[in-house]
Amino acid sequence: MSHWDIYQSTGKKATRNGFGDGLLEAARKNPKVVALCADLAGSLKMDLFEKEFPERFTQVGVAEANMMGMAAGMATTGLIPYTGTFANFSTGRVFDQIRQSIAYSEKNVKICASHAGLTLGEDGATHQILEDIGLMKMLPGMTVINPADYAQTKAAAMAIADWKGPVYLRFGRPDWPVFTEQLPFEIGKAICLKKGKDVSIFATGHMLWQALEAVRQLETEGIDCELINIHTIKPLDSEAVLESVARTGGAVSCEEHQRHGGLGDSIAQLLALHLPRPMEYVAVNDRFGESGKPTDLLEKYGLGVKDLVLAVKKVLSR
Amino acid sequence: MQAKPFLIPTFEPDLMKTIAELKKIASQVRRDIIRQTWMAKSGHPGGSLGCADFLTALYFQFMRYKLPFTMEGSGEDLFFLSNGHISPLFYSVLARSGHFPVAELNTFRQMNSRLQGHPATHEGLPGVRIASGSLGQGLSVAVGAALGKKAQNDDSLVYVLTGDGELQEGQNWEAIMAAAHYKVDRLIATVDWNGQQIDGTNDKVMSLGDLDAKWRSFGWDVLHMNGNSMEEVLKVLETAIGRTGNGRPIVILMKTEMGFGVDFMMGTHKWHGVAPNDEQTAQALSQLEETLGDF
Repeated sequence: MSHWDIYQSTGKKATRNGFGDGLLEAARKNPKVVALCADLAGSLKMDLFEKEFPERFTQVGVAEANMMGMAAGMATTGLIPYTGTFANFSTGRVFDQIRQSIAYSEKNVKICASHAGLTLGEDGATHQILEDIGLMKMLPGMTVINPADYAQTKAAAMAIADWKGPVYLRFGRPDWPVFTEQLPFEIGKAICLKKGKDVSIFATGHMLWQALEAVRQLETEGIDCELINIHTIKPLDSEAVLESVARTGGAVSCEEHQRHGGLGDSIAQLLALHLPRPMEYVAVNDRFGESGKPTDLLEKYGLGVKDLVLAVKKVLSR
Repeated sequence: MQAKPFLIPTFEPDLMKTIAELKKIASQVRRDIIRQTWMAKSGHPGGSLGCADFLTALYFQFMRYKLPFTMEGSGEDLFFLSNGHISPLFYSVLARSGHFPVAELNTFRQMNSRLQGHPATHEGLPGVRIASGSLGQGLSVAVGAALGKKAQNDDSLVYVLTGDGELQEGQNWEAIMAAAHYKVDRLIATVDWNGQQIDGTNDKVMSLGDLDAKWRSFGWDVLHMNGNSMEEVLKVLETAIGRTGNGRPIVILMKTEMGFGVDFMMGTHKWHGVAPNDEQTAQALSQLEETLGDF
């Protein structure tokens, strides 16, 4: 193990558990935190909150549009509502409600979305939304956060209570390595996990672990990657991205999302405008997902460790 | 460009205004609607005119609001406009009730104005708490606000106005269900039941069926009124307020005539979203007494 590599998994836990625990902590600290859920309290681990603060929990049933509107109304009176449902029903299904009643109306609503991306697994493409980051980041004033593991999701769920304005917090279903406990979390601030001189890898969400595995493998081949975690996709830590790429000369973005509209596009746009350098995307390429095991799906759709390794080598060859 | 909020002295609505006085205000509000849409050469006069008596009575007789305006509205009644296209009415009533200078009505639908085509909070116009225009969202917001007040032990009331065609949006029925489920009983919704929408009558476009039975079956307390009779509006609103706190949300199914007060705008859906030209404006204004001075 290299000297830099302090990121060992301390066990596997789902990011949604991090959300449930973080929400509970946020609510204990701030009495204005309330929660709404569209018939998925157990799936989003909001049952902990419901049990401790039943009077601050609103079950809205299978009615996501109404949930977004109600959250906007609650926020108007000064509360800090967290809405909870799957990522697909948190974004695509209710885009106009979020756009008009929350984003344009500048409401302090925290849209918390689980089961995002391919790693949802067996439920298939109806639920595996890969367009949500794009939908949310296009909305003026919306903050978009996609944490990497249980610890970071818990930290994010707590931090958004103190962050003024609408937030989209995206997390997932499967148990996943927990390895960021020692990293400080601050909204909008990229985290450098490893300095390197050859290529900058920018990873978000579950893909940070994949990227870490790729960096380890590449190191054995003599390639020295820089690994940066972009948990906050909007506002993007542009300074950190530019500073890194200026040194390494190339970039690879890495996300569980469509290539169109995701983190990769944000980085490509930034580089195109300020620092044109070779870049590759590791993302789903304009396809819907399908049923399967999370890690098998990542590999089939070009998000495996080997795909990351290839992307880095491609950047180096350009 | 973000306009700076104006400083407005605290204003308490005079609860003793007579029906005659309210009618005078409503007449001026109707003039404001005609003149705003005429000056902007766009906007929605039909539904605005139809709801003028209701919104005048609400703001000048019943609503307990505080100025200067705060977004949270703690300890005061809140109003949400769901059918945002009747913004000329909303803006006139807000200006005439002291929320912002009446002269600002001049800026309706102009660039850099706080008076957007459809109401918005973004420019900081006092009195507006939610953006509306995309239909079907206001009732949900009102239900949430009422629950928010309840959670903070604030027993003031929440009002919301929706259109009738707007009830074709399914989100309304989600909100109607939720309000009954949570016994949101400090909420008074009003439906502007003028029977008209852009492509024709409700019955032609998409029948609403028995609205009374529908709301009732969802668990709401249902009242009816003629929204173009100031006497009836006062009576029914008073009744509605008296029935709050009884475990059920309240809806007033309000029959109105689109374009009410201007003869050639009545009896048709033609004036839903069309502004009057110079000649039509003169003709309309000749039917509406100037009582408080035009802006």
